[in-house]
Amino acid sequence: MPKHPTPKLDELESGPWPSFVSDIKQEAVNRIENPNKVEHQIPADCPEDLLGVLELSYNDGETHWKHGGIVGVFGYGGGVIGRYCDQPEQFPSVAQFHTLRVNQPSAKYYDTKYLRAVCDLWERRGSGLTNMHGSTGDIVLLGTQTPQLEEIFFELTHDLDSDLGGSGSNLRTPECCLGPSRCEFACFDTQDICHDLTLSYQDELHRPAFPYKFKFKFDGCPNGCVAAIARADFSLIGTWKDDIKMDHSAVAAYVGGEFAPNAGAHSGRNWGKFDIQKEVVERCPTGCMSWDGSKLRINNRECTRCMHCINAMPRALRIGSERGASIFVGAKAPVLDGAQMGSLLLPFVEVTPPYTEVKDIIEKIWDWWMSEGKNRERLGETIRRLSFQRLLDVTGIKPQAAHVQEPRHNPYMFFKEDEVPGGFERDLEAHRKRHKR
Amino acid sequence: MTVTSSGYNPEKPMENRVSDIGPRRYDEFYPPVIARNKGKWLYHEFLAPGVLVHTAESGEKVYTLRCGASRLMSVTHLREICAIADKYCKGFVRFTTRNNIEFMTDNPEDLQALKADLSTRAFPGGSQKFPVGGTGAGISNIVHTQGWVHCHTPATDASGPVKAVMDELFAEFGAMRLPAHLRISLACCINMCGAVHCSDIGLVGVHRKPPMVDHEWTGRLCEMPLAVASCPTGAVRQVKVERNGEEVKSLAINKDRCMYCGNCYTMCPALPISDGFGDGIAVMVGGKVSNRITAPKFSKVVVAYIPNEPPRWPKVTAVVKNIVEIYAAGARKYERLGEWVERIGWERFFSLAGLEFTHHLIDDFRDPAYYTWRQTTQFKF
Repeated sequence: MPKHPTPKLDELESGPWPSFVSDIKQEAVNRIENPNKVEHQIPADCPEDLLGVLELSYNDGETHWKHGGIVGVFGYGGGVIGRYCDQPEQFPSVAQFHTLRVNQPSAKYYDTKYLRAVCDLWERRGSGLTNMHGSTGDIVLLGTQTPQLEEIFFELTHDLDSDLGGSGSNLRTPECCLGPSRCEFACFDTQDICHDLTLSYQDELHRPAFPYKFKFKFDGCPNGCVAAIARADFSLIGTWKDDIKMDHSAVAAYVGGEFAPNAGAHSGRNWGKFDIQKEVVERCPTGCMSWDGSKLRINNRECTRCMHCINAMPRALRIGSERGASIFVGAKAPVLDGAQMGSLLLPFVEVTPPYTEVKDIIEKIWDWWMSEGKNRERLGETIRRLSFQRLLDVTGIKPQAAHVQEPRHNPYMFFKEDEVPGGFERDLEAHRKRHKR
Repeated sequence: MTVTSSGYNPEKPMENRVSDIGPRRYDEFYPPVIARNKGKWLYHEFLAPGVLVHTAESGEKVYTLRCGASRLMSVTHLREICAIADKYCKGFVRFTTRNNIEFMTDNPEDLQALKADLSTRAFPGGSQKFPVGGTGAGISNIVHTQGWVHCHTPATDASGPVKAVMDELFAEFGAMRLPAHLRISLACCINMCGAVHCSDIGLVGVHRKPPMVDHEWTGRLCEMPLAVASCPTGAVRQVKVERNGEEVKSLAINKDRCMYCGNCYTMCPALPISDGFGDGIAVMVGGKVSNRITAPKFSKVVVAYIPNEPPRWPKVTAVVKNIVEIYAAGARKYERLGEWVERIGWERFFSLAGLEFTHHLIDDFRDPAYYTWRQTTQFKF
């Protein structure tokens, strides 16, 4: 007999997609039956109270969670999200239901020994409910009580060799695509730089000293599987400078129908015979390709590396050898001043350990943003308020045509004083000798 | 409830303390075939929906089986994943950015056995535990936020509408028959902690009523200047109000300026914003993050408001399904939803989708608004 009737939520148990309601219920049963004799450190029936409070929201259309308040672990200013229920008498086992963000290993590979250790810790000291993973990439441990926080942190650091992720006005947990570990498009080792920067900037991650949140994301190629260009204040997106490598016999195999185009990604529908002219050459955004019936040619100097032809014929075309990344800055979701896409800051940077050039740019940006940024102002908003030119000044990057989609529409330009002969201080007396008042 | 000590001593918090160690190193967790071939992959193929094979220079292959999952996951479910990974994948598993599970093996026979095994696993209510799919020109898992499960500012739930939409679109998760891949995201408020603003279809929780001011608590709970500064439209100001014969400092909201973002509520809990009748979901369309063929795009709002209808949000799922269907019928091969709409024109999209164009959909926020108005004689009747 469940603790709270949940007729509305029960309707989410049917249908083919995995049901989170069924999963919470199975955890509720696991905790009540407790076959492994776990010494639960928070109320065993918290999954049932969570279902109860969620059912209440399904009835009244409003959330029943309050603001966090200040909870955390000693010496850290982030990684724990305080959460309290606004109906604690009805749902005492989730009256406190704090979340911990645990920094995931880059690209979210795990072995089962580690995952089981996370499960054991969280069954004993938490609700047994997680998010795999949160939006920023952390392992999210969903729901525990204040006295458990230091205990969990102690076991995380001592037994699991793991640490908390970011929250609040600090560096958020960096995230990357799986890069060269399993992808032939990766232009740099996304996992390695993600891990390296995470370790280099532990202080920034754990101790809020920024105007607002700051996100790093690393996409190995312009396909953008972790959405860096849409989400990260600072992102590296893989690119290359030399020519796309071509295997002419493999091109012929695509044209001849031996290889499925787009790696077979369209095999669920009959799109007709692969037409290299229509599907590749004419879809190229720069028109830099040609097909004469037997040979494919690419004018690489005009290529903007959009990935379409490589995605369409991955066995015939490969990314170039002179690889690195472009740096984009300032992406964010709408709050406060509207959504922003990442803007190109540096067209090309080599991405090799110890990543000195990348770190140098990051630290220059932080110095500027920490002194000039307003409270709760994302980097992209600071750039808009103070100008892209200021960002170029502080990072020492030379303005270039690649920085803009088009030049400015108005002549309201600023000149630096040393750009103008004689500077801005002028002699009024001399002027009056030439021009009577 | 007594606390069993981990070894932590509250009297001496710094004793034996370990901090700032960061995450475990990623390559501890590589399956052996990944460790052997990292950086040497030649090409990949989709053998079937949800099944990838990557071939390395060495000739070695890694087969990946991708399954959908609810991102809200119990340790019992995680342990089941571990048991599967132990049986078929040498004890390794990974998760994708879109909350999918990836089981990898270098043995094609294990792949078939794994696929057969997964197809038998279901929750008692009937839903599948490990639906295979989410690859290629189809619909992958929905990335989403916490909603009513765990957040203080949501205008809708997240897990519930996601389950309802994925049930409706389930066939497309396990097929690769769309013109290109189609990414759906859900954020339960306009803070958008998922990348809803650049998704083919974005569902976003919206409030529609200005916050209430709880004068009894504003002075006690809030740094009032922070609440004033948090408002993007300058709708919050400090005022003096009379309470129980006393003049106290509090806040006031200019209701005509408020666009219900909830920022002031985040800064000041004495400004509650949620409202069962005001809140609901807006639908956005046509965003992307890939640079393929065209530049990344923001999603555009095409439905200003659909009421919350728990537990299954039938109006939301119907709108999403209809958009997927007209896109699938109209777009050319490789064309993303936003690219298709730009080709046919937004006025044609609204007529095809049978959606009413309302005043809410004309941008009036900051400078970018002007660039979205029509400044050409070219449009369709």
